Amino acid sequence: MSNILEVEDLNVVFPSHSGETLAVRNAGFTLGRERLGIVGESGSGKSTTARALLGLISPPGIVRAKAMRFKGQNLLGLQDREWQTLRGRHISMVMQDPKYSLNPVMKVGLQVQETYLLHHNASNAEAKRRALAMLEAVKIRDPDLVFHLYPHQLSGGMGQRVMIAMMLIAEPELLIADEPTSALDVTVQNEVLRILDDLVTDRGMGLIFISHNLTIVSSFCDRVLVMYGGKIVEECKADELYLAKHPYTQALLKAVPTVDHPVSELSVVTRDPEWLR
Amino acid sequence: MIDASGLSVTFKNNGHAIKAVRDVSFNVAEGESFGIVGESGSGKSTILKAIAGLILADQPAIKIAGREMGLKRNRQDRRLMQFVFQDPYGSLHPRHTVDDILREPLLIHGIDDVQEKVSTALADVGLQPLHRYRYPHQLSGGQRQRVAIARALILKPKILLLDEPTSALDVSIQAEILNLIARLRSSYKLTIILVSHDLGVVAHLCKRVAIMQNGALVEILNVEDLRRGITKEKYSAELLAASVGYSRPNAPNIGPLQI
Repeated sequence: MSNILEVEDLNVVFPSHSGETLAVRNAGFTLGRERLGIVGESGSGKSTTARALLGLISPPGIVRAKAMRFKGQNLLGLQDREWQTLRGRHISMVMQDPKYSLNPVMKVGLQVQETYLLHHNASNAEAKRRALAMLEAVKIRDPDLVFHLYPHQLSGGMGQRVMIAMMLIAEPELLIADEPTSALDVTVQNEVLRILDDLVTDRGMGLIFISHNLTIVSSFCDRVLVMYGGKIVEECKADELYLAKHPYTQALLKAVPTVDHPVSELSVVTRDPEWLR
Repeated sequence: MIDASGLSVTFKNNGHAIKAVRDVSFNVAEGESFGIVGESGSGKSTILKAIAGLILADQPAIKIAGREMGLKRNRQDRRLMQFVFQDPYGSLHPRHTVDDILREPLLIHGIDDVQEKVSTALADVGLQPLHRYRYPHQLSGGQRQRVAIARALILKPKILLLDEPTSALDVSIQAEILNLIARLRSSYKLTIILVSHDLGVVAHLCKRVAIMQNGALVEILNVEDLRRGITKEKYSAELLAASVGYSRPNAPNIGPLQI
């Protein structure tokens, strides 16, 4: 099978003086060349899962799994140095808010260029040419101008495109996007989604798309994992999300106010401790 | 209840003038819930703040309950309308207990029966007596927003101004808060202006919705028209299409991707 990623029984544990906190419990999934959505509320473990895949859980946090493989390579027990050759080059991540993830005192073009130099044995001139091409690829109209701007001079949507350019210049096989559009306006949101969509369809990249927004995930992704309290409670095809069987997913779907289905009162999620068994 | 005619707000910054709100007119009837939708920077929150007198408009343009309002509000005006802000973390004093927070408006306005009013206000928004002596950091986001709503309602205002009251909350908590607002609206007979970027939230609570773009009012829609997708302006249709999720043909494509 052409699975890029295989995860079996992933657990992320944060020990504390009052016992262990299980942030992710027995999560298992595979990813091919597709868009996999992970939805859940705050604290459900979706970002922690992503961070575990990048080796970014720092001590005292502990990552345990039966298996965690990226293109056949075992990710468990990798040394820092080995992670560095993977991270950015083969697996990379776009974070939620471009304002906080770009370096505020460095021109954005140089930041994109830096990523290329880090992973490729290339000259500065070659890296700059690549960075400009990449900015153009993420639909920035005037790359020569934007190259020399600082992050505070960019709008949210533009900043997020620079982030995507920075992540993609190393040509990773797997991109993890953690709430990439939550800080953006709806109309700009769709522009950014379109870029990610093209990358998966045209380049065969694998994409893990993390979001709390059920509407976006069900309309954008191919497959969806629903997380609750660190557990994957449901896995389904994205366009069949509204047929979801798990009571949590159903309750979550009903709690969203929509324009086209008026209700007099929104239904509230009543949580069942059984869901975490 | 609220009449805005030709409301404009200009921010002056180092000789630059930025027109944040341009000549906006609308009226809200007593007991009505009116929604304002738009993207960031469209001026929707600025309108709300100008009504509350937190931001000075260019010239007086607001009438409330038939009375002409100046640029600023006096104590009586403020008792008439109360504000709930977006960020439940930022809008409560971190070193004041819930009790202090709810007492303050009563003290400012010289109202008696403080003990009783505070406990009723807590019960009204679905908080337990045990929450009364907690600090904001000991409460969840949803509970904090309940405290902010209780603080706004403790003066029994006629008008409630809501600026993105649920956008910092999870969907399940959002549903609880929206239900709470709907319930309190009928028990307190409130006139509401709700500002949000989420069309679903606005359509759920409001009968009429104003759509804003770049400081100007694009159009005012009935919620029935909104639900059926009947819009006059192209921008409203775009906003509506974007709110129902992603679809490849609808998404703006700025050219082929070249990598």
